[in-house]
Amino acid sequence: MIYLDSAATSFHKPEAVADAVYNAIRHMGNSGRGGHTASLSAARVIYGTRKKIANLFGVSDPAQVVFTANSTQSLNMTIQGLFHAGDHVITTAMEHNSVLRPLYRKEQQEGVSLSILPCDACGTVRYDLLEEYLQPNTKGIVCTHASNVTGNMVDIVRIGAFCKKHNLYFVVDASQTAGVFSIDMEQMGIDVLCFTGHKSLMGPQGTGGLCLQKEITLPCFCVGGSGVQSYRKIHPEEMPTHLEAGTLNGHGIAGLSAALDWITETGMDNIRAQEQKHMRMFYEAVRQIPQIKIYGDFSQSERAPIVTLNIGDNPAEEVCDALAERYDIATRGGAHCAPLMHQHFQTETQGAVRFSFSYFNTEEEIQTAIQAVREIAEEWT
Amino acid sequence: MRKKELCFVVAFHTTTEALALEEAAHQAGVVGRLIPIPTQITAGCGLAWKMPITARADMEQLLQQNHLTYDASYELWV
Repeated sequence: MIYLDSAATSFHKPEAVADAVYNAIRHMGNSGRGGHTASLSAARVIYGTRKKIANLFGVSDPAQVVFTANSTQSLNMTIQGLFHAGDHVITTAMEHNSVLRPLYRKEQQEGVSLSILPCDACGTVRYDLLEEYLQPNTKGIVCTHASNVTGNMVDIVRIGAFCKKHNLYFVVDASQTAGVFSIDMEQMGIDVLCFTGHKSLMGPQGTGGLCLQKEITLPCFCVGGSGVQSYRKIHPEEMPTHLEAGTLNGHGIAGLSAALDWITETGMDNIRAQEQKHMRMFYEAVRQIPQIKIYGDFSQSERAPIVTLNIGDNPAEEVCDALAERYDIATRGGAHCAPLMHQHFQTETQGAVRFSFSYFNTEEEIQTAIQAVREIAEEWT
Repeated sequence: MRKKELCFVVAFHTTTEALALEEAAHQAGVVGRLIPIPTQITAGCGLAWKMPITARADMEQLLQQNHLTYDASYELWV
């Protein structure tokens, strides 16, 4: 199989990740549930991973790194906790449903008002409208770092500066960029960074988290086992335990730890350069094929390694199925859980075919994919 | 009954605090180890750092210099 669906999950993981999960299952107990070797082993691995995440994202205190199951959970915890009746929140048309649905729920159930920044023809956010969208009760901006549909990046430095100027919370969804693009919460003015472990961070599914600036307090999303303060009726207030009720995914976090080591050893710049090379090679070839329509802004010097396209008016799912059945190429069709982006491009009915690239793809795989698109386009148009 | 000895014990709010102290202690060469929190401190769950009473000053210096957060410290027969 040629796997070109890395924006959904990284399929090719470093060997060390699988080894770490295996070793963790064999040797790790439950972190913070006892003082024996197995429990302490788990606690040390999890603490070490917290430190690595803190270091990666410019978080000064590892206790401000909270492990969750994925970005969706992190974004729900954040949006649920930060915004309340009477607040106004700005987001963008580039968002995934993991941002949109928690915000829609706030809008419908609590009376939070919502403004959605539109995009230009290429699907890039209209930064020029930010001031216009600001209201006296605007409390924050929630946005992705890169679109999972087009790969277009959001200038989070610019939006972070805007938030700082207007005293707004700035929440960033780094699902498509964590581990490959440099993110520094302090320098970029990010208040809450939500990430998943299983995409560009190369870790196992079921790992993710959020990083919080110290000034931000979120209510407990759920309460229960903490391994400390057992006779109190309320869940501990201290971070990160405050936001981590129940047993953590220690085995998965051990894998994430190994993935973070691999990223450090390989070099984020090297990983990104390789992914960009694969994306550009594919893009430059398929854009020459008649009947191909590509979505996104490829004038951006750096973008998430995604090329999303359609072949004439053919339904995206049929193209994906042909790629899978005839060439064993894995891509993703449909709406990509990003309805506003597809409405923007008027692809709600047709969908679009997303090719997303990895450090581990080979040039031969990219050439095979190009040829497959070429053949399908010739046959179907 | 097991023979007890007077020790210096540090209790924590969270497991993360305990692990941060363990790491700092190892780096600084301060003696001691993590143990289940003694019931004299709380009947609940958690970890504590146990060390000989003679090394108390080393730990107090470590806590201060590294700005380590913790719940409380005790002299206990454990």
